[in-house]
Amino acid sequence: MSPPLLPLEIHDLTVSYDRRPVLYGVDLEIQEGSLVGVIGPNGAGKSTLIKTVMGLVPTTGGWVKIFGNKGKKSYTRVGYVPQRESVDWDFPVSVLDVVLMGRFGHIGWVRRVSKKDRSIACECLEKVNMLPFADRQIGKLSGGQQQRVFLARALAQESDLYLMDEPFVGVDAVTENAIIELLRELKSKGKTLLVVHHDLSNAKDYFDQLILLNMRLIAHGKVEETFTKELLQKTYGGRLTVFTEIADQVAANLGSNRNSSASK
Amino acid sequence: MLSYLHSYDRKIVPMSLFFLSNQLWAGQISSDKGIADQALRFFSLSDYSVQIVLLGVLFMGIGSGLMGGFVVTRKLSLFGDTLSHAVLPGVAVGFLWSQSKNSPSIIIGALIAGFLGVFLISLLQKTTRVRLDSALGLVLSGFYAIGICLLTRIQKMEFGNQSGIDRYLFGQITGLSVADVWGMGISCLLVGFITVALYKEMLLTGFDPGFARSIGVPVDFLQYLLWMLLAFSIITSLQVVGVILVSALLIIPAATASIITHNMKALLLWSAFLGVLSGVVGTFLSFLSNQLPTGPLIVLTSSTLFALTLFFHPQNGLLFKWLLSRGRDKKTSLENTLKAVYQELEKDNFSNDNVPLHRLAKRRRINMPQAHAEVRNLVQKQFGFLLTKENQVLPNEDLFSLTPDGWSEACRIVRNHRLWELYLTNEVQYAPDHVHEDAEKIEHILGDETVRKIERILSNPRMDPHGKLIPSQDDIEKGFIDKKVINLG
Repeated sequence: MSPPLLPLEIHDLTVSYDRRPVLYGVDLEIQEGSLVGVIGPNGAGKSTLIKTVMGLVPTTGGWVKIFGNKGKKSYTRVGYVPQRESVDWDFPVSVLDVVLMGRFGHIGWVRRVSKKDRSIACECLEKVNMLPFADRQIGKLSGGQQQRVFLARALAQESDLYLMDEPFVGVDAVTENAIIELLRELKSKGKTLLVVHHDLSNAKDYFDQLILLNMRLIAHGKVEETFTKELLQKTYGGRLTVFTEIADQVAANLGSNRNSSASK
Repeated sequence: MLSYLHSYDRKIVPMSLFFLSNQLWAGQISSDKGIADQALRFFSLSDYSVQIVLLGVLFMGIGSGLMGGFVVTRKLSLFGDTLSHAVLPGVAVGFLWSQSKNSPSIIIGALIAGFLGVFLISLLQKTTRVRLDSALGLVLSGFYAIGICLLTRIQKMEFGNQSGIDRYLFGQITGLSVADVWGMGISCLLVGFITVALYKEMLLTGFDPGFARSIGVPVDFLQYLLWMLLAFSIITSLQVVGVILVSALLIIPAATASIITHNMKALLLWSAFLGVLSGVVGTFLSFLSNQLPTGPLIVLTSSTLFALTLFFHPQNGLLFKWLLSRGRDKKTSLENTLKAVYQELEKDNFSNDNVPLHRLAKRRRINMPQAHAEVRNLVQKQFGFLLTKENQVLPNEDLFSLTPDGWSEACRIVRNHRLWELYLTNEVQYAPDHVHEDAEKIEHILGDETVRKIERILSNPRMDPHGKLIPSQDDIEKGFIDKKVINLG
């Protein structure tokens, strides 16, 4: 019997913005049913890693396989929670509209939203305790509430692999607990979750695996094995300054004249 | 008219705008007819040219209204403006090619110029540090300058004189041909089709393009589709309102709609409706007065509708908001006066049941006329009544006394204030001298339920942090404060 397909497999992945390398030769294999935290300092390429997997950023080398497929074939099996500041909160959409967007991948072109999609969206809103706000314009919510709506949208995607970009940023303690409960519930149902996280103080408690990233993969494994002083120092410490300087030089020498606005 | 572009380089542009309008509707209206007659002629649609023009305006209103809905919600208003100016050189070249003003080559030329403009903008974005707004401004003014030069040359050529090519600059609705209306109809149909068929995808790519990409929606393709439709919609309405004003058709109805609603579907419908309404009204106004051109009148109608909505919309209008806040201020002021009455009564240990007005004025830091006005409001609400003191020493030495309703309202406010102060000091650990300011605001908005909750938390307290009595439900019902309690305190 052949082994089950990995939800996410990354091989020798390299990504650059304006010729400035952001990720170097990353290899990763994520097993089904794991809750993985991605940690590393600012500019380490955490968001880039997730965006690359989602096909939002072009690669300069290597490949990504989702459930054994390269390219867009498996996108309906992936749920994505972008950073909260990445969207226009003034846009005239209601909370329910946004959650329904999670169903669009299942509905297909031109066809309309069905009653079934609506009831799924409402269930997902219920799960994050946001159903009473269903008709509210999305901008008239607090930061934590907006994040929960994003989460509900990801739930509505009914995916097997979830990629989340800093879901805990700007969120109060109650919402943070609610989110982590939800993540654990998803994991217990056999879903795979990859979560970009910036708060080291609770990373150990939240996840069962960690990816330590600083432009390259420092370590990946169980929390007990990776959350060590030595590895964290290697990730956050100054040892990579030479590496960063070289990257800057590469960018300068190749004469890119564009600012780095795209890297955020 | 004939000499209009000959003198172009010597005279300023707005001058020619009035010049242009002279012949609008000429030949249809003789000026001795009354307004009612002309209105009848307009709305009975008996004139063929009125039919053509109204049909065109209808298509234009719906098309640009819907298009504007997408453009404005995506914060691309300036983009529409740039595109409308960028098509001008294409119009000129298209005309030179065919030497006729009613030719598909003009539309093709305009489309090519439009896309060249868009391409330049994205090229500037990708390869230089120039920001989007600067890139838009660059392309807008650069292309427009080229267009003006070309048009001026055309006017000086022998076939150019009578061509009417200048209508692309300022718009001229009477020149509308059946072919033009066909163009508007097709453009309107395409935009309508996209709105209905791809509503879901347009909503998603407008709100969250990153997420849209992540589920495999071709965001770039949809964006180019939108730009193409935008260009098409602009080009077809160019002849009615002209290059300079065409972006108003896109922006104003949609901006008005965005005041009215926060729902995308409703916004698109409102925007299309407002587009048609301002188109019809503007055309009618220009039909009535021989002197004024149609394009600017449509834009002015549209702006007027915007201003009216901005001020008078029942929920989001400025007037409504102003009235609401004025009502709140009035209520706050009334409650403050009631509180002052209570405090003055308290100062006398509740031995009197009335307060001289000058003491109220002093406590509220207002002058006597203001105090009289405040008290008049209270009397009107039957919260109290005025007594005239016998043996008056000072003029205006009126006395104010509370009715039972006034008493219970005054107690309620004081209770809110003191409970909140106590809550802040005991539960939120504020220093006692920090709580008064906050309580001044909160006392007016505390609901009964919150008050009961605070009472439960503080187990029905009697004294506030400054040692003053908190009036209880009992005191309110009895209608007076028991002096024994005060003495105990």
